[in-house]
Amino acid sequence: MVNLIWIFMLISGILFSLFNGTVDEVNKGLLESAGQAVELVIGFVAVFTLWLGMMEIAKRAGLLELVTKLGFPFIRRLFPDLPKNHPAAGYIMTNLSANFFGLGNAATPFGVKAMKELQSMNKNAEQASRSMVTFLCMNTAAVTFFPATIVSMRLSEGAADPLDIVIPAFIATILSCSAAIFYDRISWKIVSGGSRD
Amino acid sequence: MIDLVFFAKLILPLFILVILFSALITRTDAYSAFVSGGKEGLQMAAELLPFLVGMMAAISVLRSSGLLLWITNLLSPLFLTFHIPAELFPLFLTRPISGTAALSITADLTHTYGTEHIISRMAAVVQGSTDTTLYILTVYFGAVGIKKMGRALAVGLLADVTGMILAVVVTLWYFQNVWS
Repeated sequence: MVNLIWIFMLISGILFSLFNGTVDEVNKGLLESAGQAVELVIGFVAVFTLWLGMMEIAKRAGLLELVTKLGFPFIRRLFPDLPKNHPAAGYIMTNLSANFFGLGNAATPFGVKAMKELQSMNKNAEQASRSMVTFLCMNTAAVTFFPATIVSMRLSEGAADPLDIVIPAFIATILSCSAAIFYDRISWKIVSGGSRD
Repeated sequence: MIDLVFFAKLILPLFILVILFSALITRTDAYSAFVSGGKEGLQMAAELLPFLVGMMAAISVLRSSGLLLWITNLLSPLFLTFHIPAELFPLFLTRPISGTAALSITADLTHTYGTEHIISRMAAVVQGSTDTTLYILTVYFGAVGIKKMGRALAVGLLADVTGMILAVVVTLWYFQNVWS
């Protein structure tokens, strides 16, 4: 699936550029984007090392276990396949909390770590499990309490009150996250035929 | 509201304080735990590079060839039938694919229409309430080697479309009825 989408994006773009006379732009764009990916990963190296280092302290001090136990009743409703008090729940919670406070930078390492934990109990390593799909959907529509990037953009554009969009964005994000969870449940029921495996 | 900004800044330092105090209480070797967790983080981050280069190159080809713009123009009449301002269409189409490109579209709209215009506000709410689905799929599934995404892509994109339409509706409602 990803394979085909990826091939299709590149082939259609390159063919279009031949007719559109934008071959130069495509050449330039390819190199630039690879450079941007490297820059992104350099940023990732910093935040992943910092936050997963901090989380390892929390784990060894027993704090993560405590958080997992406290939040498990809530997490279990969203992830019914998760074994009781599994560490994945702790990382899922830290990821969702970081997203909630608009700390996208810190949310990514926790999210990737949560995926690793979910993958460790996945029966088919190449296929996304039910919990993984739910977690991904929640992240694509993550509830954000404070969209920091957009507020600072509006501030630099000279908005009288750059925070005016915070409340509608919060309402919208709750609605879209609910929609994501709803679609996830419905599609899972269709795919699984309503039976548990 | 300014208190909120201040509060948001405090979260990470407080988080670190709680972790370090619990390490002190439980006599955990915090520094060696940090180093070993950091090592794992370093490896995880570095392994993401090929996934990101591949996906960002494909997105860049779509954009720089002009194909994305062409599709946008082709589909924009569809937008008017739903009473959504056509100016927002490029943002809708770009938001799930590229966060940076979407932010530059939002900044551009804000610059053109002014910060108080409803289109700028709609764009800001769309930008602030959704995330870059393709990027999240690449990073999260790439990191653990998932090849079959199953229904994740379809559900993610459907949630994006729903979320963006809801963002427009909520913005309209909020600034017409609540905001004064």
